[in-house]
Amino acid sequence: MTAPAAIAHDPHGGHPTNTGLSNEKLTMWAFLGSECLLFGALISTYLLYKGRSVSGPLPEDVYDIPFTSASSFMLLMSSLTMVLSLAAIQRGDHRRLRLWLLATASLGGLFITGQIYEFTTFYREGLSLSTNLFGSTFFVLTGFHGVHVSLGILMLLSLFGLSMRGKLPTERAEAVEIAGLYWHFVDIVWIVIFTVVYLIP
Amino acid sequence: MATKSAPAENHPVETAGHEDVEHPSESKYWKIFWILFVITAVEVALYYWELPGNVNINNSALGLLAIAKFIVVVGYFMHLKFDSRLLRRLFVAGIILALIVYMIVLLSMGVFIAPPADRNSGFIGT
Repeated sequence: MTAPAAIAHDPHGGHPTNTGLSNEKLTMWAFLGSECLLFGALISTYLLYKGRSVSGPLPEDVYDIPFTSASSFMLLMSSLTMVLSLAAIQRGDHRRLRLWLLATASLGGLFITGQIYEFTTFYREGLSLSTNLFGSTFFVLTGFHGVHVSLGILMLLSLFGLSMRGKLPTERAEAVEIAGLYWHFVDIVWIVIFTVVYLIP
Repeated sequence: MATKSAPAENHPVETAGHEDVEHPSESKYWKIFWILFVITAVEVALYYWELPGNVNINNSALGLLAIAKFIVVVGYFMHLKFDSRLLRRLFVAGIILALIVYMIVLLSMGVFIAPPADRNSGFIGT
């Protein structure tokens, strides 16, 4: 069999590509690998300037750990509902797929609402992007993460809309898997941020 | 509208790669979630109740718990444990590259060497 023919008729059930992997999935993993560098830069900048602010408010003046812990639990829960939505479409259960997609987007929405509340509270307490080094690095880091979560919510709602219109058949389960990869990534980034920024003094 | 079928214990899924990969069952996903939930609860508890010894023990414990959560989510929820080796290498390469680059930056800036109070000397901050 010639090489192109071998690619077109993969006997192992893989994708008809040179790697045997879906190009979309491969691209998403490469993108997530590069995102590690982006968030690595933001977290490193936060660490670099940690404890270097010469005027307040400082982290211990503004952090509300019980509130942020509740937000973290919501994002963690959304990772579970995301993976349950993937399991649902893989077994052809489209009603549950929509239910779990909506649950994931809602939990993400609650997380973002919490972040907006936190930001406005900090601002009222005198911390803004230009107040001190803590304010600059904190808002840029958590703000970038918040934007990622918001984009993830848009992805999930798009999938929900596609499913409602019957344009997300079981054969396209990979679309949910790829959106799920992005969603879980924002969760793992939060795992690091929650520990490094909030919990470690 | 599709009908619901009973969840298999470990169902094979045709995804990327030259073989059918086995994703965990729904009950396993729930178990993993509860493990993550407990780890997060322990992390929050460690914030309030310090372990005996100096503060570095607490910080190390928090760091290790975060790494454990990271690995569990990537391995099970993102299925990297079950997926193609190429995908694993792509992601791990990103993490290792980020760790090396930023460790060099942080070490060269003396972040892990001197306490913040000492590092302020000669530094213009706001």
